[in-house]
Amino acid sequence: MTDVAIVGVGCTGFKSVSPEVSYKELMFEAATRAYQDAGNINPRKDIDAFISVAEDYWEGFSIFDEFVPDQLGAVLRQLFTVSGDSIIGLGNAHMLIKTGHFDVVAVESHGKPSDILTLYDIVSFAMDPVFNRPLGGHPFYLAGLEMNRFLFETGNTKEDCAMVAVKNRDNALRNPYAAYGARIDLNDVFCSSPHFYPLNKFDISQPADGGIVIVLASDEVASDLNDCPIWIRGVGWASETPSLESRCFGEAVYAQLSAEMAYKEAKITSPSREIDFAEVDDLFSYKELQHMEAMRLCEVGEAGRLIAEGVTGIDGDLPINTSGGNLGMGWALEASGMQRLLEVVIQLRGDAGERQLADVEVGLAQSWRGIPTATGGTAVLSNC
Amino acid sequence: MSEKIKHFPGEELSGRDIREGKIPCIKHRPNVKYLWSAGIAMSRFVEGMKEGKIIGSKCVKCKRIMVPPRAFCEECFRPVDEYAPVKDTGTINTYSVSYVAGDASRIKEPILVAVIDIDGASKGMGILHLLGEISDWKQIKFGMKVKAVWKPSEEREGSITDIKYFKPFEEV
Repeated sequence: MTDVAIVGVGCTGFKSVSPEVSYKELMFEAATRAYQDAGNINPRKDIDAFISVAEDYWEGFSIFDEFVPDQLGAVLRQLFTVSGDSIIGLGNAHMLIKTGHFDVVAVESHGKPSDILTLYDIVSFAMDPVFNRPLGGHPFYLAGLEMNRFLFETGNTKEDCAMVAVKNRDNALRNPYAAYGARIDLNDVFCSSPHFYPLNKFDISQPADGGIVIVLASDEVASDLNDCPIWIRGVGWASETPSLESRCFGEAVYAQLSAEMAYKEAKITSPSREIDFAEVDDLFSYKELQHMEAMRLCEVGEAGRLIAEGVTGIDGDLPINTSGGNLGMGWALEASGMQRLLEVVIQLRGDAGERQLADVEVGLAQSWRGIPTATGGTAVLSNC
Repeated sequence: MSEKIKHFPGEELSGRDIREGKIPCIKHRPNVKYLWSAGIAMSRFVEGMKEGKIIGSKCVKCKRIMVPPRAFCEECFRPVDEYAPVKDTGTINTYSVSYVAGDASRIKEPILVAVIDIDGASKGMGILHLLGEISDWKQIKFGMKVKAVWKPSEEREGSITDIKYFKPFEEV
């Protein structure tokens, strides 16, 4: 069956605000860079299908898909929108190419949260109107509930989570695309204001604007478009129940299921040994640890020890979020997962500059759709 | 209701029953507000509106002059090369007569809507707007010339509604 590779990536970089461009102009820049990177293809004739990953309420439009074609070069062409997460968008592109009907497919995702005046009200609007919404409060208390149960069940600590924030903000200093690089220490995290116990302010990623486009191609054409195609070895996605009253708060079951689906396709049986590095969702600091354990990158209850011992640092045996993660790059709505994927591609190409890892062949990118969802995606990529 | 059955058994529901809470319903009004960055192209357009000008953008490759303006040419997939005003006159491409308001109620004075190919823009490009100063809509013809009627400059705020409507216009 057809193999699928990523042959082009384009990124605008991420910033806390972007008043100088409209969302269309942001997308146009990311697309232009990606098409240039993919052997300077002309989207008007060289791309067979386009997928955008977007959510109407983030954008402020009904039926937002209809506003997408112009800025991607997709007018009068085959296009659809995935309302989910960018790695779920990647899964759709992967499948399109595997049908044999499409050789080159582009996937777009962006976030422009600075355009939304009532960002957290929109998050609340995603909660159940009968059982949850009437209680009021900031929806991120759900992350507090989850973190508390996760720490209780696994024995990981608040200090371990704070170390994630310190590591990822520091990694982001080496990533020119990142919005929130900073040198902070554990005390800064502990002294930042308590937001949703046990979460402090610095445990929570901050909104960022930016866009990413990637170009995928079948093995028949991939090498013509890029000297270093990055192969998609497996993709998975899964959703748990929306019911906050009956979902699993200690474990990230969606991450476990999506990873197992990707591992099966990639023929990975022992992920902690076979995967060289990973980019995992860290919209909240504890999420990095919870996702690592869910995806068998370590044993349950072991993630905290690994970060304390530096194993997940840039110089460690299993580097996690060399990009800075969402804590360092920013929470870019539907593009948050695409940030993870982008870094895996950059590392596997050897283009990561001062944060480049040595001798990496297999990387994992994982996404979560954020509060209040229990949906996520996983992709396993390799450069050989 | 069919000819044979004049009255169904049971009670009919009315909108009032729902409003008065006799039918269990969940009411919620979301707090959803946006402030979109106008960006490169739309900023020029809305600033032009304030000055009583319609701004277009030009792609030197396909030579189109595009209205409304955009920062990139969607046909050639490249950035546009310049922005410039076009005329505030044009011809009617298509039109309709809207007798029904957004809430499905009847409108006493129907709204006349038209797509207007703007003079100076490339063929088939222009503005969707209202028509005014037309006593009988049957006077509207395809290809009819129209001209923008602007609000007084002190009332303009950088919006498409800075043009009140387009009215029939005789070229001299």
